[in-house]
Amino acid sequence: MTDLKLELKEKIIEQLNLEDVSVAEIGDKDPLFGEGLGLDSIDALELIVMLDKDYGIKLADPKEGKQIFESVETMAAYITSKKAG
Amino acid sequence: MGKGIAITGMGVISAIGNNVEENYESLISKKIGITKISHIDTVHKNDIMVGEIPTTNSVLETQLGLSPDSWSRTSLLAVIAAKQAVTNAGITDINAFRTGLISGTTVGGMDKSEQYFYEYFENDKTWHHINGLHAGDSTQKIALSLGLKSSFTTTISTACSSAANAIMLGARMIKSGQLERVIVGGADCLSKFTINGFKTLMILSDTYNTPFDDNRKGLNLGESAAYLVLESDAVVAKENKKVLAYVKGYGNANDAFHQTASSDNGDGAVLAMEQALKVAGLSPDSVDYINAHGTATPNNDLSEGRAMNRVFNGKVPDFSSTKAFTGHTLATAGAIEAVYAVLALQNNVIFPNLNFRTPMQEFDLLPETELKQKELNVVLSNSFGFGGNCTTLLFSKEA
Amino acid sequence: MKKRVYINSVGSVSAQKTFENTLFLEEITSYNDTTMGVINPNYKDYIPPAAARRMAKGIKMSTVSSKTALDEAGLDNVDAIIVGTGLGCIDDSEKFISAIIDNKEQFLTPTRFIQSSHNTVSGQIALGIGCKGYNYTYVNGATSFESCLIDAMIQLQLEEAENVLVGGVDELVPHHVNTHRLINHIKKIPVESAHLLASKTEGCVMAEGAHFFVLSEKKQASTYAELIGVRTYNILAQNQLAQTVTAFLKEHELSSDAIDLVVLGYNGDVTFDPYYDLLAKGMFADTAQAYTKHLSGEYDTAGGFAFWFASKVMRTGTLPAVAHLNKVAITKPKTILLYNQYRGEYHSLVLLRQC
Repeated sequence: MTDLKLELKEKIIEQLNLEDVSVAEIGDKDPLFGEGLGLDSIDALELIVMLDKDYGIKLADPKEGKQIFESVETMAAYITSKKAG
Repeated sequence: MGKGIAITGMGVISAIGNNVEENYESLISKKIGITKISHIDTVHKNDIMVGEIPTTNSVLETQLGLSPDSWSRTSLLAVIAAKQAVTNAGITDINAFRTGLISGTTVGGMDKSEQYFYEYFENDKTWHHINGLHAGDSTQKIALSLGLKSSFTTTISTACSSAANAIMLGARMIKSGQLERVIVGGADCLSKFTINGFKTLMILSDTYNTPFDDNRKGLNLGESAAYLVLESDAVVAKENKKVLAYVKGYGNANDAFHQTASSDNGDGAVLAMEQALKVAGLSPDSVDYINAHGTATPNNDLSEGRAMNRVFNGKVPDFSSTKAFTGHTLATAGAIEAVYAVLALQNNVIFPNLNFRTPMQEFDLLPETELKQKELNVVLSNSFGFGGNCTTLLFSKEA
Repeated sequence: MKKRVYINSVGSVSAQKTFENTLFLEEITSYNDTTMGVINPNYKDYIPPAAARRMAKGIKMSTVSSKTALDEAGLDNVDAIIVGTGLGCIDDSEKFISAIIDNKEQFLTPTRFIQSSHNTVSGQIALGIGCKGYNYTYVNGATSFESCLIDAMIQLQLEEAENVLVGGVDELVPHHVNTHRLINHIKKIPVESAHLLASKTEGCVMAEGAHFFVLSEKKQASTYAELIGVRTYNILAQNQLAQTVTAFLKEHELSSDAIDLVVLGYNGDVTFDPYYDLLAKGMFADTAQAYTKHLSGEYDTAGGFAFWFASKVMRTGTLPAVAHLNKVAITKPKTILLYNQYRGEYHSLVLLRQC
């Protein structure tokens, strides 16, 4: 799980071109959208593609992303549950 | 009161007809143009429906007397619709007055660019398409096909409001005396580029689009070309022209909210509608019918509905979106819907908003779902696009 | 009565070091190539990283250039934003196309598609400064920028706006260069900047740039010149050129003698430079002549560089020797005419007057 979270942080930085952000600066429970990292709806679409491409998880409705992408922790939990299922 | 600019001709080719008459017949007989895609080989063909023009490129090329694979489909459609408009306006000598051409497009020759992207380096038979990636290239092809020389021609690309902005600029150029006559409109063909682009935004519906319905799932992309001829009062008088309707008002504003999405309250749309009314010198209660942008995306219809409620103070006139017929034809939307607005005025009918079942939860706006006969004097048409672009046009029976 | 239109500020990112607005071609960068990229400012000085992360190069160049123009005009906002671009942020368009092909329409992300929309620059500038006013994008080949000028003049003269931000931007990207070199639109053999007009080869030296200006109905301390008139012509035969220029000048009650400096769009293409020769050796043979594309390179909105150049000449009263084409001397020109065309199409005439 810890490895997955680290991996997610690296991928988020790369996928979203967050040049000035380091892995250490993203806390597991930090909100990714709004106040925290300040991501927006286009970033959410980018993360949906990342889930599909790297983890084989398809979201049909972008609204589902809202809860899944709340933080790195919720993302990791979602991916783990999908993989287990 | 602002004086309107005369519309003396129009032409259109879309999924519901190859000319103005066929489009009108489809609109009043609820003939929908949305199908599975047949001309483009895309992996998404089972996931999407589109407003595709059935006619193939080779039939269009034959119509225009071109050899196979000469032009982008955008240019083929554009020239067909523009020629119809010029003929409809009874123009015999295109250079008789100071005549311009303003065309809107988003994809231009993208259909060929994506097809030959790698092949360009292997096959010199494809090289005539290289320059087609310039959006302006399609406009130049229309201009030369119409015989326009030494003329003002330009191309506008403001996403889905492009052709609406072409009409607005045309009216302003006549008003300012820069042109006596101008052909305005737009053209966009379907392409893998736009299909995949809108797919990444997750706003494509896998079934018939349902504007202003609570359960709307997104838009159907479409393709079309539509052009109108605008002429100055002096030309109309001199040539004793029949005027179809007038461009009475126009407004353009930017939502300045987000790169693709409209603001929750439709600020840009409100500004555009208010400005159009101001230019026309009309009050909101003089609007008889709104042909809404109504793309059937969750975001657009909510934002536009709220904006209409704000401008009309809760008393929104009869409205419908015709995109359930044609799909969202991107750059051309504003021109094809201008043609529909003129048809509505000429025939005193409101076209139905098809596929509507469930009112939206956020407000109590109900589109017209059946063909409705009603005396119309003023029709408002909205077109909104990426980049926050919001344009409103007002069409009227009287100048 | 028609209102006057003033050029109140300029901003430029080009193949020369123009982003520092205080300079006017004091140091010249020479090239010996078939393409020329811009001299990049440090974009981080202008754009916060959070905003920059999704910006195509065309947007970055335009942000710097438009900010420079707004600052010089002393404005935080404007009534209208009008941008011209031949191809928009074409780097993103090309990468989106290649991704569609290479990945067989799978795993595509929205950012490149969004930036491919031609109006992404005008939209981003509006978003950046919170401008809810008129917002247009012209994409008409080599008259994209000039279309903006025409629109802005109507805005100001019909009193639809008081201050308008106009600009032109185009990017230099590999696939576009490689394909256009196939069809001889871009030179195959490198040419030195100073010898561009002597190349005797087909095609141009392709480049990129972003040039923005505030046009206003009011003159102020920062004003460079008055914009008198702009016209574009989709095509012109060579034998129509002189009469077209004469008619354009006559519209503004001028004859060719009244022009102190003519800025010609020579780009070193042996096939199409004769258009310019017709004026240089004809009606303007005894007029001071300048050219700019050995400095800026060619691109759809290179007219923006020439417009920047002419504005600077007006303001400083000096014609830099590097751009001087003939031996007719000029100081403090009062009236400047710009003529440009691309491959015999997309002709434009722009007229500036000292004020």
